[in-house]
Amino acid sequence: MDALKQELKEFIIEQLNLEDINVEDIGNDDALFGDGLGLDSIDALELIVMLDKNYGIKLTDPKQGRAIFESINTMADYITAHRTTN
Amino acid sequence: MKKVYINSIASISAQKTFDQAEFLTDLIDHEAIVIPVVNPNYKAFIPPAAARRMAKGIKMSIVASKMAVQEAGLEQVDAIITGTGMGCLRDSEKFLSNLIDNDEQYLTPTSFIQSTHNTVGGQVALELKCKGYNFTYVHSSNSFESALLDAKLQLASGEEDDILVGGIDEIGDHTFKLQELVGHVKREAVKTSELLKSKTSGAVFGEGANFFVLSNKKQASSYAELIAVKMFNTLPKISVPETATAFLANNGFSAEDIDLVVLGYNGDVDYDSCYDVLSHELFNDTQQAYYKHLSGEFNTASSFGFWLASKVLKLQSLPEVVKLNDIKSSGFKTVLLYNQYRGENHSFTLLKTC
Repeated sequence: MDALKQELKEFIIEQLNLEDINVEDIGNDDALFGDGLGLDSIDALELIVMLDKNYGIKLTDPKQGRAIFESINTMADYITAHRTTN
Repeated sequence: MKKVYINSIASISAQKTFDQAEFLTDLIDHEAIVIPVVNPNYKAFIPPAAARRMAKGIKMSIVASKMAVQEAGLEQVDAIITGTGMGCLRDSEKFLSNLIDNDEQYLTPTSFIQSTHNTVGGQVALELKCKGYNFTYVHSSNSFESALLDAKLQLASGEEDDILVGGIDEIGDHTFKLQELVGHVKREAVKTSELLKSKTSGAVFGEGANFFVLSNKKQASSYAELIAVKMFNTLPKISVPETATAFLANNGFSAEDIDLVVLGYNGDVDYDSCYDVLSHELFNDTQQAYYKHLSGEFNTASSFGFWLASKVLKLQSLPEVVKLNDIKSSGFKTVLLYNQYRGENHSFTLLKTC
């Protein structure tokens, strides 16, 4: 689980070009959107594609994203429970 | 018709031109086949949250446009007109590579939304909060001149009063490799200071963003008056001198009135002869300058030439490094710029002191 969380943080920093942020700067419970990391709707699309591409998870209901992408912890929990690829 | 003035200039180039107090004094003598820009401190101009999705061309342009608007003493411009030959090339390449690598699946929006030619104009407008006319011209090496002509017509007719005009292009790795394959790039690295001595085919490539505030109101910061700009998609080499003569005559000038000719020599032995017919014939007795050894060749490199000519007219001095011949003008009142790329898309631009 910790490896997955590390992987998610690295992906978010690299893919979303968060130049001044390190893995250590993102807490597992920090909010990814809004006042937390400050991600926006375009980033949400990037994360949805990442779930599909890296873990074989297709989100059909966009409303689901709000809860799944709340923090690194919620993302990791959802991926662990629903992943179809290793 | 109102006169059109260049009220401010800003350049991000392969030299340290972002320091507006300097004029090509601390030069970088590159030795390469492609020369990237010297990056300014982008963070001083762009908030990190906005910068993270911006390609280099956008960042360069936002810095240059903010510098130009500031120098013109404006809070806002009426319109933004940009010229770019290739647009946001890096994100275009990234998007297309993803398309191929992922078998047309898993396409993400970021690189797509920034892969168009008019992304720069849009992002500059967002940064400046300018809701006015916004247009991007894409016409190979006439892109910048097309933007210039649009701005001139609107300012002369009084439709707008202050227009931000820019020429932007960025280097894209894949496109550059293709240009190498077709022989448009020099095969050997050439020093900046020895570009015209190379006598080989192809050019040293570059990138840059040059922005200007053009206005129909003269002010203390004004650099020069833009008299005319004219473009030709095709123009036989043999016709270049007579076309230049006709262009000058149409604007009430003759070759003898020109104090400085700024030529777009890029060291390509196959096409520099277009400049030779002006340099060695019509303007044989006129002081001449060149600039692509400093900027590299790109579709809007002529905007760097425009920056150079503007600065010469305001400061009344010509840096040694751009001098093409030994003739010395007593002063710089009228400057003619001529540019073309690979024998196509020729342009003549006429500036004078104001």
